[in-house]
Amino acid sequence: MVGYLLKRIGLMLLTLFIVISLTFFLMKLIPGSPFSAAAKLNETQRAIMAAKYGLDQPVPVQYLKYMTNVLQGDLGVSFQFSNTPVTELIAKRIGPSATLGLQAMIFGTIFGIILGVIAALRQNTWMDYGSTLVAVLGKSIPSFVFAAMLQYFIAVRLGWFPVAFWRGYEYSILPTIALAIFPISIAARFMRTEMIEVLSSDYIVLARAKGASSFEVAFKHALRNALIPVVTVLGPLAVSLITGSLVVERVFAIPGLGEQFVTSINVLDYPVIMGTTILFAALFIFVVLIVDILYSIIDPRIRLSGGEN
Amino acid sequence: MESILTVKDLAISFNTYAGEVKAIRGVNFELYKGETLAIVGESGSGKSVTTKSIMRLLPKSNSEMKPESQILFDGKDLTKQTDKQMEKIRGKDISMIFQDPMTSLNPTMKIGKQIAEPLLKHQNLSKAQAKARALELLKLVGIPNPEVRINQYPHQFSGGQRQRIVIAVALACNPKVLIADEPTTALDVTIQAQILDLMKDLQKKIDTSIIFITHDLGVVASVADRVAVMYGGRIVEVGTVDEIFYNPKHPYTWGLISSMPSLETDVDELFVIPGSPPDLLNPPKGDAFAARNRFAMAIDFEEEPPMFKVSETHYAATWLLHPDAPYVEPPEAVKKNQEKFNNAQSKGGVY
Amino acid sequence: MVNPIKRIPKEMFEPKRVDESLAEKIEKPSLSFWQDAWLRVKKNKAAIVSVVVLTLLIIMALIGPYLSGHTVQQNVEHANLPPRIAAVADVSWLPFDGTLKNRDGAILTPYEDRQITESYWFGTDSLGRDLFTRLWLGVRISLFIAFLATAIDMVIGVSYGAISGYFGGRVDNIMQRIIEILSGIPNLVIVILLILILEPGILAITLALALTGWVTMARVVRGQVLKLKNQEFALASKTLGATDYRIIFKHLMPNMVGVIIVNMMFTIPSAIFFEAFLSFIGLGLKPPNASLGTLIEDGFRVMLLYPYMLIIPSIVISLLMVTFNLLGDGLRDALDPKMRD
Repeated sequence: MVGYLLKRIGLMLLTLFIVISLTFFLMKLIPGSPFSAAAKLNETQRAIMAAKYGLDQPVPVQYLKYMTNVLQGDLGVSFQFSNTPVTELIAKRIGPSATLGLQAMIFGTIFGIILGVIAALRQNTWMDYGSTLVAVLGKSIPSFVFAAMLQYFIAVRLGWFPVAFWRGYEYSILPTIALAIFPISIAARFMRTEMIEVLSSDYIVLARAKGASSFEVAFKHALRNALIPVVTVLGPLAVSLITGSLVVERVFAIPGLGEQFVTSINVLDYPVIMGTTILFAALFIFVVLIVDILYSIIDPRIRLSGGEN
Repeated sequence: MESILTVKDLAISFNTYAGEVKAIRGVNFELYKGETLAIVGESGSGKSVTTKSIMRLLPKSNSEMKPESQILFDGKDLTKQTDKQMEKIRGKDISMIFQDPMTSLNPTMKIGKQIAEPLLKHQNLSKAQAKARALELLKLVGIPNPEVRINQYPHQFSGGQRQRIVIAVALACNPKVLIADEPTTALDVTIQAQILDLMKDLQKKIDTSIIFITHDLGVVASVADRVAVMYGGRIVEVGTVDEIFYNPKHPYTWGLISSMPSLETDVDELFVIPGSPPDLLNPPKGDAFAARNRFAMAIDFEEEPPMFKVSETHYAATWLLHPDAPYVEPPEAVKKNQEKFNNAQSKGGVY
Repeated sequence: MVNPIKRIPKEMFEPKRVDESLAEKIEKPSLSFWQDAWLRVKKNKAAIVSVVVLTLLIIMALIGPYLSGHTVQQNVEHANLPPRIAAVADVSWLPFDGTLKNRDGAILTPYEDRQITESYWFGTDSLGRDLFTRLWLGVRISLFIAFLATAIDMVIGVSYGAISGYFGGRVDNIMQRIIEILSGIPNLVIVILLILILEPGILAITLALALTGWVTMARVVRGQVLKLKNQEFALASKTLGATDYRIIFKHLMPNMVGVIIVNMMFTIPSAIFFEAFLSFIGLGLKPPNASLGTLIEDGFRVMLLYPYMLIIPSIVISLLMVTFNLLGDGLRDALDPKMRD
């Protein structure tokens, strides 16, 4: 287990290193990048950049300098927000994004799992079809289309929720739903398939043969076994929330990381793009690792075989 | 002999996309107290469906038990019990062992808990009592080091050990009837023998009656008191082990016995019953076995044969037993068996 | 248990044999893999409806731009006209009567106000371009990008997966490490960086999508190859001296076509999604080109005033996504050998 963990963390650091390097070199290739002479920088910025990255020095030296800065938590300064350090910008913006992401993740997976279990237990009834419909639509309709539709019909037309901005709890409800629809649909489908498969397995028949009631069979025997594989989709789901946050925050004008990232892309604020990219990549890699560890904790087969051998 | 379980006119259909599959078409048998009844037949003959329906474990969504079916146990007709009533019978009065020990234990539940489950459910034991009894059961089925192993998960046990655990689960409440659905098929031959010995041993200890499903006639010979041969959703011949092995009457049973490999026969090739089992979606008219029967007669294609009585304990459903039917010689292998039996009988020895 | 013995005519006890070949008769007609798969797809109503809708959408993408009689010429006098279809203008629940409700609930009639006699079926945008024509041109480009990206994806993914799985050993080890690291980087990041370098455009988007999409395909194919290459038919062919090339293409490929197709069916909608997504965050095609994503982006900007500009392309992209996904599901169920009985 410890060996496995070390190996995973090693791989994780390697990947992160590659991402940062890749970002650096790609940025060097971009016409008008902060490191090229054509960058639209003012004199002060150019001076700061030159001092910080040693722009007059050869590329390998610049690279080393950049890596050292990143390791020290220095991601450069933003163009659009008059030289504010990128880390400061990120720190300011991460709150709403984290709130939305967590809410959507928790609400989405729990609701999705419930939908999936209901569909599996009431196979081929209207409940099953309803849950399948939600799942297909949620998986298919792009998050920004769904967000825009929610905003137009529920906020603008019906006026049930605020249309946009971030000024209190009620402002987070529509964006959370817009973000959660994908986790809901994925969790629901996955859970339904798993649950149906588990319910038809031999040990479920044996549990029934022992005299367990259908409630006990579903919740004591089947649910846990069906839930274990669902953990594997949590990683991809968390990642999809990052993608989703870019557009959903834009639709609802939420001052989060995603919205800032999109603005930065549009005004070519490279330090912010790079900093956010590195953050997203780190988050992604970390989530995948956490999910793997979680999986090995929940499934006794993996835990114990890893522990003994 | 006292009968503990009586199955009468059991008929079960499955509704599939293709139509109604008549899996069981009128099965009758009795299980006597303390005996082991083997049900033999090839895949798809309805053995497992019959036993699952006794436990009422068939999925309700696509299976249908015909109204004339009766399963009498302990003065009750199991076909008329509600789900709640059945839960009280399952695991307590009737329990079951399945074919594949690798898949029949819950992979995420400690085996102690799995053994204790029926105890807690049916015998109102406290958790500590149930655990003590689970330990006892593990010892009884021969799992070494039970104090440690009770807290382990199924994947930490070998196939043979898992089947022992499944047996422990099944015997936890001292059931009156134990249904074993091919309990040794998935195991190595050496382990098979151990499990069979264990079952025979435990049967004596707790005085239970066993329905033993198998397609392996070798296993039948070593465990069963009586044998019922199933074909195409019906029982075609039933009798004591000796009667079935040494004096079979149904051509299908002849086929089964001829196709059994034996150390004494020096044939190059094993006998094969030609053809494949009948399509129960459209069961053929007359005797389901007729199309594969070397001795088929015109009547076989017209009318299903009734059960003809051979002896007090031996019945067979074949028109060959009709008084007007011509005499046919059973195949070589069957005749050899008969001779061996007669010789043994005349010498007064036990074969 | 025993019935009383019935009298039965003597001739009924004459021996009668059935032809032994009849006993071995195969009841069902034998079906090839594809015939069998088609029978299964046919049973899946959702998949069939999807095929029909998709076909219509693809046909419209091809001929739609020439149907309305309008071109995408800018015509500022005709700017921001709501949808009007003369034939259904009187059907009250359909929004094709050429009127528009503003935020205070007042009904605007821009056609009458500006004395425009022509009808624009799906309205016009802020530059007076016919949205019906633009919409189908956009669908055409979105589909083109998605199909092209998927095709590139498939070529790279299948070759990579097949080589990695077939040769195994050290080759496999190295190739798998590369995949592990690649899949450790979020697609989003790669796509965004690539597009920033390549300048937004059809080629850049296609390339970015293809470069990030092949990993899944490679994984699936490798898994299949690993499974198949040790099966008897492949080993038999090897013992008979078949070349690696022959084994891969003649023996393994035909067995993997199903999974590859299913995988492609799910890659297409994800490419459609990513293209629209990139357009929505400002990395899409540059005007005057339109894709579904840029149309939605344009519509979103003026959503409060001219909701039809957002809603119509949104419906079309949702239809495309839903039908591709349903078709993919249907094909997966049909081609999954586990489901065959």
